[in-house]
Amino acid sequence: MKRIELLEEVAAAYDLVVVGAGPAGMAAAATAAAHGFSVLVTDEAAGPGGQVYRAITTTPVGRRDVFGRDYWQGAALTAAFAASAADYIPGCAAWYLDDALQVGLSAGGTSRTIAARRVILATGALERPFPIKGWTLPGVMNAGAAQILLKSAGLVAAGRVVLAGSGPLIWLLAAQYLAAGAKPALILETTPPGQWRDAVRHFPGFLPSPYLRKGLALMARVRRAVKVIPGVAELAVEDEEPLRVGWKRARGAAGTIAADHLLLHQGVVPNINLAAAAGCALAWNEAQACWQPETDAFGNTSLSGIAVAGDGAGIAGAEIAAMRGRIAALAAAEALGKISHEACARLVAGERKALRRFERARPFLDTLYRPARAFRLGAAEAMACRCEEVSVARVREAVASLGVQGPNQLKAFLRCGMGPCQGRFCGLTVGEIIADVRGVSPAEVGYYRLRPPVKPITVAELAGMKTTAADIRAVVRS
Amino acid sequence: MFRRLPDLARPSVSFLLDGERAEGREGESVAASLLAAGRPVCRTMPVGGLPRGPFCMMGACFDCLVTIDGVGNRQGCLVSLREGMDVRTQDGRREIGR
Repeated sequence: MKRIELLEEVAAAYDLVVVGAGPAGMAAAATAAAHGFSVLVTDEAAGPGGQVYRAITTTPVGRRDVFGRDYWQGAALTAAFAASAADYIPGCAAWYLDDALQVGLSAGGTSRTIAARRVILATGALERPFPIKGWTLPGVMNAGAAQILLKSAGLVAAGRVVLAGSGPLIWLLAAQYLAAGAKPALILETTPPGQWRDAVRHFPGFLPSPYLRKGLALMARVRRAVKVIPGVAELAVEDEEPLRVGWKRARGAAGTIAADHLLLHQGVVPNINLAAAAGCALAWNEAQACWQPETDAFGNTSLSGIAVAGDGAGIAGAEIAAMRGRIAALAAAEALGKISHEACARLVAGERKALRRFERARPFLDTLYRPARAFRLGAAEAMACRCEEVSVARVREAVASLGVQGPNQLKAFLRCGMGPCQGRFCGLTVGEIIADVRGVSPAEVGYYRLRPPVKPITVAELAGMKTTAADIRAVVRS
Repeated sequence: MFRRLPDLARPSVSFLLDGERAEGREGESVAASLLAAGRPVCRTMPVGGLPRGPFCMMGACFDCLVTIDGVGNRQGCLVSLREGMDVRTQDGRREIGR
């Protein structure tokens, strides 16, 4: 892999541009480069790994046991990527993509567009919005953010740390904090208690997966050391400085706890902004309660030449992400004539076999950890849109009184989704609220119409771009 | 406040935080250095004026916007700290010319 620091050193054209250097992106790049592609991998972070293997090549944490064995499994992927012939530019935002496969990149305050013959979007996942009262206060952050701080900078939240929410990451972070000597004060578990009953029918698929043993061991380790309050149905930050976290269980019991940090998490959802802005068709995934790009078995989207691999195509975890990255790269290799149809089919079959073992475990996890509807819809006083500071109550009132049909119409009244995050932390909440008020499915109300630039760039940066005929073609819709 | 684990092998980096000398570590993001320096607020909101600090640490939420070396609205979680950097927290919307 050739690490490129300056955007001007990136070539004007590549066989394959991969957006994202997490497991899917690294695997796709290494596979494509091995089949003779010229490959560019762009990534916003300072180093490869994505979020799951964040800072795997640079973490300052000396004790390997802090992160657990799964984290270090990323080392093989990172090594294969490093040994590949791919170009890699970290600290670079991909802010534009179109059906002509022009890719707009920004790094170091300058922008340019480059051409690709194929594009694989490996944009990964975001933490699902968790709109409780007070979730915008300093001291409240995503559990994933705390994990990123631990991996990349060796930082742990000091004082009384409360973890709240549901899903495997809550338990993983608690275990990592324990291993780092930073015992959380309390875990408020928001998984609805009845979901065990629904999940149990998916247990046969989960049983042979490696997740069962690892998950149980992790939870046991955490439970031995940290107080866990299960079945929390209401959650709010009642006061600040210090934070006062109020909770109520489904069956009555309630309490408050003073905290220095509140770490929230209720699962992850695909990061779809670039795919959606490029014009890839989206589909509502009811089991995971989120939007994802429509893809075929190879990750190909509705736009020719653009594939999505990894969690950006639907949440499936790091192991599957790498396999889907390789499958998308193999499909691209066949499409560009680098390998025969037969060779592609044979290699893909090998990946699929390994993939199925993990895939079969997914329905159990999806069902068990489906975030409670009340926490997806948000509390009345909670900010639905963090950027424009619009409360859940205001969204509800506008939808009901003005007869708003979908999230794009709502922009005109409340500006939800029009701030810098471009819907990343409000899109799902707003869609579900509109669907709830209208009494229809979120699939019916649709998602924000996303447009480039999907990351903010200045007018000066745009104006400073070299405008070749190809660049003009990239930004003028015909 | 965030604290550093004791066994970190990373040289320290000095930078300016709102005009005063502050210490971070090499390889950290600006947002991480601010949290470790006991400064959980990066900016106040242009809409309602309330304080915000790092929330996602992965470039998605934009709550950690700060002015770095005279350029406003930089995502603190995506910029690596460098020796001598001039980091300023923001009040309200980005200033014209910054």
